[in-house]
This record gives sequence, C-alpha cells and structure tokens, in this order.
Amino acid sequence: MSVLFVLIGVSMFVAGGFLIAFLWAVKKGQYDDSYSPSVRILFDDQEYEAQKEEKKQQIEKETTKKNHKS
Amino acid sequence: MQEETKKHICVHCGDDCGSHPVIWDEKPFCCNGCSTVYQILHENELCTYYDFESNPGIKIEAGKYKEKFAFLDDNEIAEQLYEFAEGNIRKITLYIPSIHCSSCIWLLEHLNILNQGVIKSMVNFVKKEVAITFNSDEISIRELAELLSSIHYIPEITLDKLQLKQNEEVNKSLLYKIGIAGFCFGNIMLLSLPEYVPGHEYLETHFKEFFGMMNFFLVLPVFFYSGSDYLLSAIKAIKHKFINIDVPISMGILMLFIQSSIEIFSGSGAGYMDSLTGLIFFLLIGKWYQNRTYQALSFERDYRSYFPVAVSKLEKGIEISTPIEKLQKGDIILIRNQELIPADGILMKGEAQIDYSFVTGESKPVFKESGDAVFAGGKQIGSAIELTIEKDVIQSRLTQLWNQFEGEDSSNTKLNSLIDQISKYFTIVIIAIGLFAGIYWLLNDSSKAVFAFTSVLIVACPCALALSAPFALGNTMRLMGRMGIYLKSSAVVEKLNSITAIVFDKTGTITQADEVKVNFHGDALSDDDKIAIKSLTRHSTHTLSATLYEYYKSIPPETVVDYTELPSMGISGTINGRKIKLGSAKFIHEGKTETSSLNTEVYLSVDGKIKGHFSMSNQYRTGLSELINGLAPKYDLHILSGDNDSEMENLKQIFPTTSIIRFNQSPNDKLEYINNLKKQNKYVLMIGDGLNDAGALKTSDVGISIADDIYHFSPACDAILEASKFQELKYFLKISAKSVWIVKLSFILSFLYNLFGLYFAVQGILSPIVAALLMPISSISVVAFATFTTNYIAKSKETNNKTESNMKEAKTSVFLKKSVQLN
Repeated sequence: MSVLFVLIGVSMFVAGGFLIAFLWAVKKGQYDDSYSPSVRILFDDQEYEAQKEEKKQQIEKETTKKNHKS
Repeated sequence: MQEETKKHICVHCGDDCGSHPVIWDEKPFCCNGCSTVYQILHENELCTYYDFESNPGIKIEAGKYKEKFAFLDDNEIAEQLYEFAEGNIRKITLYIPSIHCSSCIWLLEHLNILNQGVIKSMVNFVKKEVAITFNSDEISIRELAELLSSIHYIPEITLDKLQLKQNEEVNKSLLYKIGIAGFCFGNIMLLSLPEYVPGHEYLETHFKEFFGMMNFFLVLPVFFYSGSDYLLSAIKAIKHKFINIDVPISMGILMLFIQSSIEIFSGSGAGYMDSLTGLIFFLLIGKWYQNRTYQALSFERDYRSYFPVAVSKLEKGIEISTPIEKLQKGDIILIRNQELIPADGILMKGEAQIDYSFVTGESKPVFKESGDAVFAGGKQIGSAIELTIEKDVIQSRLTQLWNQFEGEDSSNTKLNSLIDQISKYFTIVIIAIGLFAGIYWLLNDSSKAVFAFTSVLIVACPCALALSAPFALGNTMRLMGRMGIYLKSSAVVEKLNSITAIVFDKTGTITQADEVKVNFHGDALSDDDKIAIKSLTRHSTHTLSATLYEYYKSIPPETVVDYTELPSMGISGTINGRKIKLGSAKFIHEGKTETSSLNTEVYLSVDGKIKGHFSMSNQYRTGLSELINGLAPKYDLHILSGDNDSEMENLKQIFPTTSIIRFNQSPNDKLEYINNLKKQNKYVLMIGDGLNDAGALKTSDVGISIADDIYHFSPACDAILEASKFQELKYFLKISAKSVWIVKLSFILSFLYNLFGLYFAVQGILSPIVAALLMPISSISVVAFATFTTNYIAKSKETNNKTESNMKEAKTSVFLKKSVQLN
C-alpha cells in the first residue's frame, strides 16, 4: 500500500505541470483573444505562395520567350 | 435605362450601387473609394480577402483622412504610441473599430504584402486591435496609418489608453487565482475521497495523517492567494462599519480553515478542506463571469478621446502639427473642413460655418465672421479658417463641463445593490442562530458548543447567494448585448429595473441625426426644376445643400453657369438657360421677409419667380410612437432639447400630455434638470447622444448613449444602445425587471439550502460529507437555475420582437454584421 505515497507524489507532479502550463498560457496572453486564432488557422498561406511561384515562373517563361524572339 | 433597374451590389462593401455603379474589372462598386481599395488589393494579389466573406469591405468617403495623420510626424506624439522601439524596429498597437470579420483579420495580417516595411501584423479580434511591428526606415508611422486608411481600416488614435492596460492586469490575476484554486480543489477532492466511502474508518492512520497534511498544504495557496480578495474586502467593509456579502463569506472561509486545521493537526477528523477550496473556486468563477464585459467598447470616454490628438498651428505662415495639450493662449491654429475646434478662440480669417451639434444639440450650423468668438467642440464646415486661441484647452467652456466630474467618484451612491442590503440582515441572523445554538449546547452538552457555532457559520456561508446575482445578471447582460444594448457592467441590469423616470434628448436620440425629412411647399416641381436644384446644390458645402443633394439622389446633375454663393444667404446659378436661386427667405425675396418661421426653410426661385420653399424637419426614429405608448403608463417621460421649439406640435402628438418638454437647454441645464429629478427621489434614465448630453448622462442613475456605430465615439455612459434597436427599449426594461425577479427567486432557493444545512449544524452533527455535498449542489443548481431562466426570458422576448418587427430585418442586418463576436 505504501506505493500510494509514490503514486500521489507522481500525480501531483503531473498535475502541477498542467497548472504551470495554464499559468504560462495566461501570462502569454493566449486567453486574450479567443476568436482570431480560430480563423487564422484557416488562412492558406501556402496557396498564396504557390500562386506567387506560378506567376514568377510564368513571367520567367515569357521573358525567356521574348529573349528568344529577339 | 432598363438594364439599370437591376440592382447592383458593391463587391467591396455590399452597399447598393444605385443607378450608376463604378465598374472596374467588370465588377460593380458603389463609389470610387471602394473600387480603389479593390484595385490596391487586386494589384497585390490580395483578392483572397473577398473569399472568406462576401462584401467584407467598409465604405468611407474618400479623402477624409488626407491630413488627419499629419500629427504622427511629430516625434513626441509618436514616441508615446510605441510599445517597443529599438534601432529601426517599432511596435505599435492600433485600435481599428472597423474590424468586423475574418476577411479583416486576413487582410490586416498580410499588410507586409502591401508594404515591405511591415514586418509582422497581428489582429486581436475581441479588442479590435492590430499589433504591427515595422521597420521605421522603410515606412513611417504616418505612412502606416495612411496605408491602413487607404484600404479603409482607419485607426483611431487617442492618447488615453492607459486605463485599459490596468484592467487587463486585474483580469489576468483573476485567471491565475482561478487556475490555482481549481488545481487545489481537484487534488483535495481526490485526497478526501476515502473519507466519503463506507469503511473509511479502517484506513490506516498514517494514510489519514498523510492525506490530512497534503490537504493542509494544498489549501494554503487557495486561502492566502485565491481567496485573499474576499478576506480583504470584508476587513475593509468592517472598517467602514458596513456589511457586504463578503463579510459572511469571509466568516465561512475563516471558520472552515480554522476548524479544519484543528481537526487535521489534532487527528480528530478530516476537516472541510474540500468544501473550502470548492467554495473559493466557484466564487471566483462567478466573479470571472461577472467581470466579462465588452472589451472593444469604451464606456469611459471623455472629451480627450473626442478631440483630435493634434492640430495645425501656424507659425510665421508655416503649418506645424502641435499636440493640443501644448496649445497656448495666443497661438494661431488652422481648422479645415470637418475638423473640430479644440479650444475657445477668436476667428481671424475665413468664413466659419460651425456645427455645434455636439455641444448644444442644435443641428443648424452657426455662421461666424472674423472677429467673432468661437467655442471649443464646434466643427467647421466649409473652407479652412484661422483662429487665435483665447483659453487653454482644459479651461474651455466645453471641457469645464467635464472637469466638474473629475473630483466626483463613480461611487456616488446610485442604488444600494440588492445583495448588499440582504447580506446585512443575513449576517446578523446567522450570527444570532450560531450563538443561540452555541449557548444551547453549552447548557446541555458543552463539548458540542463550539462545534455547533462554527458549523452554523460554515454551512450558512452564502456561496449560492453570492453566485446567483453574478450569473443571472451577467447572463442577462450578455443576452441584451446580443439584442443590441451593451451594458457597462451587470450591475446596470439591476439599476435599469428601479428606473421611474425617463429623460430623452431630442436631436440624434428620438430623431435621426443624419436623416432629414424634406417637404416642398408651393407649385409642383417639374423634372427640369429638380435637375436644376440637384446641379446647383452639388457646388455647395453647406449642410442644407448637402441634404437637398441627397434628397434628389437618383437625378443626374448638369453643368451650372455663373455659380455664386453668398454665405448665410444662398446660392444661385444658371442651368439650361434658366436662372435658379436657392436660399433663405431674405435672399429670395430680396430683403422683403414675410414670415419668420422657426422651421428650417429653403426658398426656390426660377427666373425671379418664387416657386415655393423646402421645409426640413427632423425625422423621428421608426417605432418612436409605439415605444412612447409602451413606456408612458409606467414611467414619467421628459424631453430635453438643445434646439428651438419648432418641433413642439409634432412632439405633443407623440408624447402623452403628462410628459414635460423643454427646449433651448444647454448642457448645464440638462444636468441641473436631472439633478432636480433626482432630488424628487426619482430614479432617472437618461438617453442621449453626443457631448452635449455628457453631463446629464453621468449624473443620471442610468445613462444610455445611443449610437449608429457602437464603436464610434460615445460619451461616458452606463450602456450603449444601437440606434436601430431604439424602439425595443421597453423590452430591455422588461427583461431587466424579469431578471431581477429571477435573482430574488434564486435567493430564496439558496436560503432553502441554507435552512437544510442549518438543520444539521444546530444539532452539532454536521459531517464533512454533508458540507462537501451541500455546497457544490446548492451552487450549481442555483447557477443553472439563474442561467436557464434568464435565457428563457430573453428568448421569449426576442421571438416576440421578431414577429413584431419583421419589417426592420433588412435594416438591422447591417448592424448584425458588425456586432458579431462581441461576447
């Protein structure tokens, strides 16, 4: 039964970790704005980057074509 | 012409484009401003903006912000705004009231595409703020503000933001306290569990001791940190010879702590540590719920946030942007069209048309010539003027009205809250019962005497009582917010309930400030006449011209020859060969005035022949008469107007004969009037808008400020009401009455729990398990009762409203769009 002492000690340690995580999150302002992160996660930055890349390539192609012509 | 009957909706802002939409990229826009924003975004490939929400943009009139941010070039002002400045990196948080949807977040967080100088931008949606980190070598703060304005997100920059920061700190420390209390509560419950199961008496003693000690150590942070507010508040109250709800709570907490500590250290029992931590945990949650208010709204604005941060000062003919605190007597300042006059002064140059509507409520602009005195708070309409300052900003007539309140604390005893009244008797009764039980046991079985006394204080600890008000009122406040009225705190719900008199401001409150009813009296106007009026008024900046121009919205204007404008007289010109004159009676009759009417009138003559006149009167808000009919039987109604009495007859038709109507009221008169009502023991609700009502709103028991755009300026008040929801005021009053009634019911419920607990306590047989069960059950059931019933009431009222006001749905949808996510 004395294993209980150890178990309780471990459980307190784990729970304490969560408590510290909570306090840290409050301090860092994670609870200040609960709306925008939920929207922000849906923004597709990669799509935009890909578009940009595509355009670049297109422009490059065009310029090389032009160069060839001239 | 036929294809134009099809309605175009602006891709950017969703407004109706009218018959002549601006077409760009084959898409319709309502105005050049909107299409410019689209072009900017299109060039930078930011059109994803239009994917998240349809028509996400904000419409503003172009060019309004041109010189607005010149003051940001002043380093001294800019320094105050930076949160971080090192090298060329600057960080600033700007308040942008127009943030309203996910597209806004997307665009504002991609500012770096519009300008390479922006390093990072981050939106806080709840507060409507954007935090921008930028490189000051590449973009100045003024350019940044102008960039935001160019895409129609105009930042509002004022220098009185310090107070908000403090509030944030309080909120954070409350969250820390809740976190710690919750942690300890959970663990103590776990460690106390063996005590609750049958057969716990066989548990080995060293386990009991260990659990007891663990409980004791876990309770220390809760008692000394999380619960400290209650103890301190109780001490403060007793010092001031006054009993609030915190006194019986603290007695309970203290008794629980002492009793339990003694039991643990003497080994005589397990103590009530679980009840103690649970109690504090629930109380803190109640407090948090009550404290959640509308972060994006400001209820404490004073003249400082209404005034510009800086104005252009003229020094040897050169314009210098100067902060208004630095203006001195004798300085010459330049005020442009639509700019506000920050201090009393004398007009030096130019012709002033000053709109004092914010100061006096009088909607007609006043004409001034050089040498005349002008007062702070007026807004110049028309060309730029030069002023010499006569008084410092703080000593101006307008600001003095505010300074009156500076000394007064907000704690002016408006209404003693219900809960404080009850807790006074509650505490006395509980101590009496405790003493009675103690004395009884002292005579019969002295070993139980102390225990019975402490048990009474423990079990009577009014946790459920303390929770019922925050939850019922807090929930009502949130529900009302969803319906269009935003309360400063949940205490306002209670105050609304005790109102006996309602005072209305006229201009802008019961009338619509921006909508004017135009009537033409005289010969019927032909289409040519209408075209002429439209064309002529296009050239004038006078407000009456602007009104007429708006009135003939759908008529295309034509060119005007020989346009002349005589200030304070009228305008004339030749259109299609006909000479048209438009203006005051004096101007048209050439000196021979017949009647002097109090109404605003504009006369029209064509080729020297008088056609008739336009009369312009205020447009009353829709649903006003229904609202007044609904309110009249229950409340005294009063109207205070800064205007002249031209509207007397109209008002008499709407309001009952018993209501009092006063005209020509200065801001000070209004304030005095409210004070007089209060002296007659009336609880006064004041509804107003603008600075001229500021004093009255503050002195009244409840001040409601009405606003078309709730994020825009509103004077310090207890609640902000969306203008479109004005006619629903009577429902709001009814809901507040019902929710106070619910609070009373929950009080009764929690008293019943107390009686049940006292039954055990006075007999001296209160076991930890009864205490531990009773406390959460009573709290949770009271909270559930309060929340569900308030929800039910608000919902039934809401559906009532819906069926009545289906017609207005279309109008309110614009506001709904803006009011999402306030809670």
